[in-house]
Amino acid sequence: MDVGEKVIEIIAREQHLDPSGVSIDATFEELGIDSLDGVNILFALEEEFKIDIPDSVAQNMKSVRQVVDSLTRVVEGKDISDLAAMAKGSGQAARN
Amino acid sequence: MRRVVITGLGVFSSTGRNRDSFFENLVQGRSGVRPITQFDSSSLSIRIAAEVADYNPDDYFPSKRQDMLDKFTQFALIAAGEAMESSGITVRDEERCRFGVVMGSGMGGAGSYDAGYHNLYAKQVTRLHPFTIPRIMHNAATSHICMEFGAQGPALATATACSSSGHAISEAFHLIKFGLADIMLAGGADAPITYGVMRCWEAVRVLASGNGNPATACRPFSADRKGMVIGEGSGVLLLEELEHALKRDAPIYGELAGCGMSSDASHITQPSVDGPVRAIRMALDEAGVPPEEIDYINAHGTGTRLNDSTETQVIKEVFKDYARKLAISSTKSMHGHAMGATGAIEFVATVMAVKHGVIPPTANYTEQDPECDLDYVPNEARGKPIRAALSNSFAFGGLNAVLLVRHWN
Repeated sequence: MDVGEKVIEIIAREQHLDPSGVSIDATFEELGIDSLDGVNILFALEEEFKIDIPDSVAQNMKSVRQVVDSLTRVVEGKDISDLAAMAKGSGQAARN
Repeated sequence: MRRVVITGLGVFSSTGRNRDSFFENLVQGRSGVRPITQFDSSSLSIRIAAEVADYNPDDYFPSKRQDMLDKFTQFALIAAGEAMESSGITVRDEERCRFGVVMGSGMGGAGSYDAGYHNLYAKQVTRLHPFTIPRIMHNAATSHICMEFGAQGPALATATACSSSGHAISEAFHLIKFGLADIMLAGGADAPITYGVMRCWEAVRVLASGNGNPATACRPFSADRKGMVIGEGSGVLLLEELEHALKRDAPIYGELAGCGMSSDASHITQPSVDGPVRAIRMALDEAGVPPEEIDYINAHGTGTRLNDSTETQVIKEVFKDYARKLAISSTKSMHGHAMGATGAIEFVATVMAVKHGVIPPTANYTEQDPECDLDYVPNEARGKPIRAALSNSFAFGGLNAVLLVRHWN
């Protein structure tokens, strides 16, 4: 399962939606995800991938694709300040 | 002067999940106290509580919504729903700003605190669930009730321990009486039966033993009383300005005629006589009801040595010789001490007693204590027309709230 599929699975689970209804191109708004739902999804992603998502990255996650792109960068150790935490994350993410 | 009537009643407790089953069980003297099932209590010295038996949130809320609701808020929403339904009210859009909510809670989202701290300290996780704050905050019940029923008027939460919902009802009453609102949902909710909270109470040494026979553990006013039993649940009342209620032909369960509030300003846990006496007198004065017209007092009656003897002195001080003619009962003997919900749960019982002319008993009463020598309606319910009744709440912290309901003809 790649990062995109995993993200869709998590978003669907947290929003109590059918995964088939969550498109990679859907925005959070289209999926009815409000700001509090958003932080809940961030929490679930952090738990799943064993990473910390910095606030600066989180602010740009407003669609499924943005989540996937940001997450890919995070788990690759880019675009982040806390390299130590991310190193742990990338190892975990590689297995997903 | 604007008058306030009670036009809706909701209750969710260990002794019943709606007002009718709740009151029927109280009248029958059935206890809601049981062995704790919500967590492994085997290491506790006190392993009993008045739990809502077999509570399953799936029966009331879709799973997505449960994520956002601590159990105390779930209880509050259920009881508020019954209060609304029993009132038959339809709040019009243009009235929403005159429709408010005041809910009390002693412990707030205790279960969510407990779970969060367990993750943090025991499991050593470094991040907590992002819904922790919206679940634990004391005003969560108030806010969710506002959202559920479209109440956009004055809304707040009270946190005065065991008096929380007495103060909530009192505040809501005064908001209507002084013209700031026409319709208020008021009461309290608590879900304090968690490992952490029970350990805290254990340390205070005021809980009744009785693990072997939970139903008889709480024995208010009886010479052999051993302390209180922790309960949970919610009580909510719909309060309405009289003319508003009459105009829509609302069911009127009674008139909330006076509310007294006072502070002992003396000791953080030990009750005084003076503070509660002043609160009762304030309620009587506000209602314009002479002491001799009170036919029933639903006592604070926790079942601790100190509360029950002090409360007896309080009643004697206010009512003098008439104290011996009063019927007094503690329904905590059955539904336990539901903390910030207890005042509202007891006030629902009081209003039902006034409406039906039936006084629920003090259960588990075995023998008279020389320091508690009034009529506590021991063990058997009593039919008696009630002109007016009081419901007492005297909290840790010395903060007192007394509600006076008058029979509505």
